[in-house]
Amino acid sequence: MTEAALAGLVFLPLLGACLLLLVPRQWRTALVLLVVVPLPVLLLPITAVVWQQQAVQMAVAGHALPLGIVWRVDALSLLLLWLNAFLLVFVGLQALTRFPPATPAGLRFWPLWLLLAAGIHALLLSADLFNLYVTLELVTLAGIGLIATSNRPAALQAAMRYLLLALMASLLYLLGVGLIYAEIGTLDLYEAGNLLEPGLLPATAMVLMITGLLVKAAIFPLHAWLPAAHGNAPGPVSALLSAIVVKVSIYIVWRLWFWTAEGWPMPALELFLGLLGAGAILYGSALALVQKRLKMVIAYSTVAQLGYLMLIFPLASLLAWQAAGFHLVSHGLAKAALFVAAGNILASLGTDRLRRLAGLDQRLPLDVFTLALASVSLMGLPPSGGFIGKWLFLQAAWEQGAWGWMALIALGGLLAAAYLFRILALTCFHPRSHGHSSRLREPPSRASLAGLLLALAAIGLGFASAPILTMLASAWPGVIAP
Amino acid sequence: MIPLLLFWLPLVTVLVSAVAGLAIFVAGERRQRLRTWLNLAAAVLKLMLIALIGLLVMAGHTPEFRISLLPELDLVLRADALSMLFATLSALLWLVTTIYAIAYLEHAPNRARFFGFFSLCVASTMGIAMAGNLVTFFIFYELLTLTTWPLVVHTGTAAAIASGRTYLRYTLTGSAVFLIGLVWLYGLAGGQDFIAGGTISELGLDQDWSLRIIFLLLVIGMGVKAALFPLHAWLPKAMVAPAPVSALLHAVAVVKAGAFGLVRVIEDVYGPALVSELGLGLPLAIAAAFTIIYGSALALFQTDIKKRLAFSTVSQVSYIILGVAIGGPVATIGGLVHLVHQGLMKITLFFCAGIFANFLGVKKISQLDGIGRRLPWTSACFTIGALGMIGLPPVAGFISKWYLGAGAVAAGQPWVIIVLVTSTLLNAAYFLPLLKRIWLHDPPRQWPAEVQVSRLETAAMVGSSITTALFSLAVGLLAGFPLSPLNWVTGIVTEYFP
Repeated sequence: MTEAALAGLVFLPLLGACLLLLVPRQWRTALVLLVVVPLPVLLLPITAVVWQQQAVQMAVAGHALPLGIVWRVDALSLLLLWLNAFLLVFVGLQALTRFPPATPAGLRFWPLWLLLAAGIHALLLSADLFNLYVTLELVTLAGIGLIATSNRPAALQAAMRYLLLALMASLLYLLGVGLIYAEIGTLDLYEAGNLLEPGLLPATAMVLMITGLLVKAAIFPLHAWLPAAHGNAPGPVSALLSAIVVKVSIYIVWRLWFWTAEGWPMPALELFLGLLGAGAILYGSALALVQKRLKMVIAYSTVAQLGYLMLIFPLASLLAWQAAGFHLVSHGLAKAALFVAAGNILASLGTDRLRRLAGLDQRLPLDVFTLALASVSLMGLPPSGGFIGKWLFLQAAWEQGAWGWMALIALGGLLAAAYLFRILALTCFHPRSHGHSSRLREPPSRASLAGLLLALAAIGLGFASAPILTMLASAWPGVIAP
Repeated sequence: MIPLLLFWLPLVTVLVSAVAGLAIFVAGERRQRLRTWLNLAAAVLKLMLIALIGLLVMAGHTPEFRISLLPELDLVLRADALSMLFATLSALLWLVTTIYAIAYLEHAPNRARFFGFFSLCVASTMGIAMAGNLVTFFIFYELLTLTTWPLVVHTGTAAAIASGRTYLRYTLTGSAVFLIGLVWLYGLAGGQDFIAGGTISELGLDQDWSLRIIFLLLVIGMGVKAALFPLHAWLPKAMVAPAPVSALLHAVAVVKAGAFGLVRVIEDVYGPALVSELGLGLPLAIAAAFTIIYGSALALFQTDIKKRLAFSTVSQVSYIILGVAIGGPVATIGGLVHLVHQGLMKITLFFCAGIFANFLGVKKISQLDGIGRRLPWTSACFTIGALGMIGLPPVAGFISKWYLGAGAVAAGQPWVIIVLVTSTLLNAAYFLPLLKRIWLHDPPRQWPAEVQVSRLETAAMVGSSITTALFSLAVGLLAGFPLSPLNWVTGIVTEYFP
C-alpha cells in the first residue's frame, strides 16, 4: 500500500505528462485533473506510516543497495511533499484558467508542469547523492521550460540565464559527488555519513556540493538569476518556483549538512552560512523596497525570505530546526498566494507596474485582500504561520543568547512590512484625478479563489502548528542535543 | 451547559464583530441597508454578550477560552474584572460610534471596506481586553494595528497615505521591540497567564537587570500606542482620518490598548511589589508626567481643532500611566478610572469636532466664533467634554485628578501635585479660549462650507454626542453608585492591593 503510494507519487505525473501529448484535445483537462487530484490522497497512507514509524524506506523494483535505488521518506520530506501537493492543487486551479489544457498553450504548459511535479516528488524520496542530482536536474529543467512558456523576451532571457547558472551549479555538485564516491564507494546519504571521516577531501566535496546547491537555491550572493526568472515567469509558474522549487535545493543542503556531515566540527562555516542568510534578508528586502513592478517585489522578497532558512546552521538546535521547517512551509503558502494574486492582477491590468495599482482595492478587491492576508503572514505578524515561524526563530536565538540573530529576525520582519505595506498603500491610494484605464478584465473567480485559499492556509497555519512541529521534531537528526 | 458557556463565551464575544466585519465585506458596497443592520446588530449583540459575561463574573465564574498555539503557549481569552472594564467601555462606545459613523459617512465612497475594518478593529480590541496572557495580548495588539491602518488611510489622499505610513512606522517598530521583550520574558518565565499581583514575582531579584530591560522593551511596545513621549508623533498626524476613526483611535481602541497593556504589565505580569522593588515605577511616572506637560503645552499652539484635541489626548492618556506607575491603591484607582473617563470625554469632543467640520466646514479654532448659536446642542456637548478635561467638578475628569493627586501624596510623591496643577492650568488655557469663541463671540455672516444634512443624520450624530456627554456627566455625578466606573475600579484595585 505504502509502496504503491510512493511509486504513484512519481510515476502518476510522469505517465500523465506523456499521455497528455497523446490523448485527444478534449480529454486533456480530465487527464490533468485525474493526475493532480489523487496526489494528496496518495500522501495519506504514507503519512500514517511515517507518523508511527518516523520513516519509510523502499527499494525501487526490489533492487537493494548498492546497485538499486532506495527511496526514503521521513517527516521532513513528508512535510515538503504535503506542501507540494497543496501547491499543485491550488496553484493548479489558477493554471487551469491561464493555460486551458485543450489549447496549444496548455499543451506546452501541462506536460512540463507534471514533469516538475514528478521531479520534486522523486527528489524528496531520494536517499542517495546521485539520485538527488538527477532529480534536481529534472526539477530545474522543467522549471526553466515553464518559465519559457511565457513568450515574452524578458522571460526567455531570464530562463536562459537561469539555465546557464544552473548547469554550472550542477557541475559543481556532480564534482562533489564524484569525490565522495571515489573516497568511500557509496552514495547513500546516511551510509556516506557513517563512512566519511572529516578531512580535506570530504570537506572539499561538501563545499563544492553546497556551493552548487546554493546557486540553485538563490542564496545571497548567488541569487542574481532569481528575481528576473521568478518576476517574469507566468503567474502560476512563479508561484511554484518561489514556493517550492528553490526550497528543494535548500532541503538537499540540510540533508547533506545534518545527515551526511553530521557532527563535523565546522563552526566557522556555520557562521558563514548564517551570515549569507543575514545578507539575503537585508539585501533582498532592501531591493524589494525599490522595485517598480509588483512581481519583482515579490521575487526579491523570496531572496530575502530564503535567508531565514540559512539561520538553522549557526543556531543548530531543535527549536531552530522547527523554526526553519515551519518557515519553509508558511513562506511557501504565503508566497504562492502572493504570486497567484499578482498573476491575476497582471492579467487583468495588462501590467504590474506599481504606479498603476492605485485604487485597485475597489476594482479587484478579492485579489487585493489575498495580497494583504499573505503579506500578514510574510511579515510574521500574528495570527499566522509566519508569526509562529518568527516566534520559534526568536526563541531559538534567545536560548543561545544570540542577540545579533534576534535583532536580525526582528529587523527582517520590519523590512518585510515596509516593502509589503508599500504595495498595499498603493492599492488604497486614490489620487484626485482618476485616470483609470477602462481596460480591466476581471480575473476568473476560480483564479482569485485559488489565491485566497492559499493565503487563508498561510494564516490558518498559525493555529495548526502542533502536528507539524511534532513531525519536524521526529525528523531532527539531533546533532546538538535539544 | 454552564462550563460550555464559560468556555466559548469569550471567543464568541470577540468573534461577533469579526464575523460582522467579514459579512460586511461580502455584502459589498451597494447593500447599504443590510450593512447598517449588520453593524447595529453586531454592536447590540456584543453589548448583550458582555452584559452576560458581566453577570457571570459577578456570580463568581471565570469565563475562559483556551487553545494551544505552541507547546506551553496558549491563546487565552478570559474575563476578569479589569478586562470587563475595558470591554464594556469599548463595546458601549463602539455602538455609539457606529451610529455616528453611519450618519457621518452617509455619502462617502468605499463604505463597505470602512465598516468591515471598523468591526474587525473592535474584535481586536475585545481580544485585547480579554487576553489572558501577554502573548494573546500581543496577538490582538498586532491585529489592532493591522485593522486600524486601512481606516487611517481610508480617504486615499496623499496626506492619508503619508499618515498611514507614519502610523505603521511607529507601531510596527514598537511591536518588534515588544516581541523581543516578550520572547525574553517567555524564556525566563514561560507563557504564564495574567495573575493579580504578578506572574513573575517569584523570579525575584537575581534576574533584576534582565527584568528591567524587559520592562523597558514592553513599555516601548505599549508606549507607542499610548502615545508616550517621544513615541507620540503618529497620533497628531493621524487626525487626517475621518472623525469616527479619530474617535476610535483616541477613545475606543488604540491609545487605550496601549495604556491598558501597561496596566496589565504592571499589575498582572510584574506585580506592583516587584515594580517598586526594581525601582521601575518612578522613571515611568516621570516619563508620564513629562508627556502630560508636553502634550498640554503643544496643544496650546495648535490652530486646528482636531490637532489640539490630539495633543490633548497625548497628555490625558499619560494620566492613566502616571496613576499605575505611582503605585499604591489610590493612585491606581485614579489611573484606571481615567481609562474610562478620558474615553467618554474625548469621544464627545471628537464627535463634536466632526459635526462642526461636517455641517459647517469649521476645522480651525478661529472659525469657531459664535457656533454656539448655530449648533447649540453640539456646542453644549463640546463644553461638557472640555470642562471635564480641565477637571471641573462634577464632570468625570475631576474624579480622576482627585484620586491621582491624593494617591500621589499617599505614595509619598508630592511632586505629582505640581504636575497635575500645571497640567490643569494648561488644559484651561487651551480649552477656555475655544469655549469663549463658541459662546461669546458673534457668528460670521457665512460659514466656511455649510451643507444641508438630513434630519436623520443630524439626529444620529448629535444624539451620539449628547449620549456620550451625558455619560461623562453621569459617571462623575453618580460616582457613588455601585455600578459606576469608580466603584468598579475600586473593586479591581482591592485585588491588587489586598
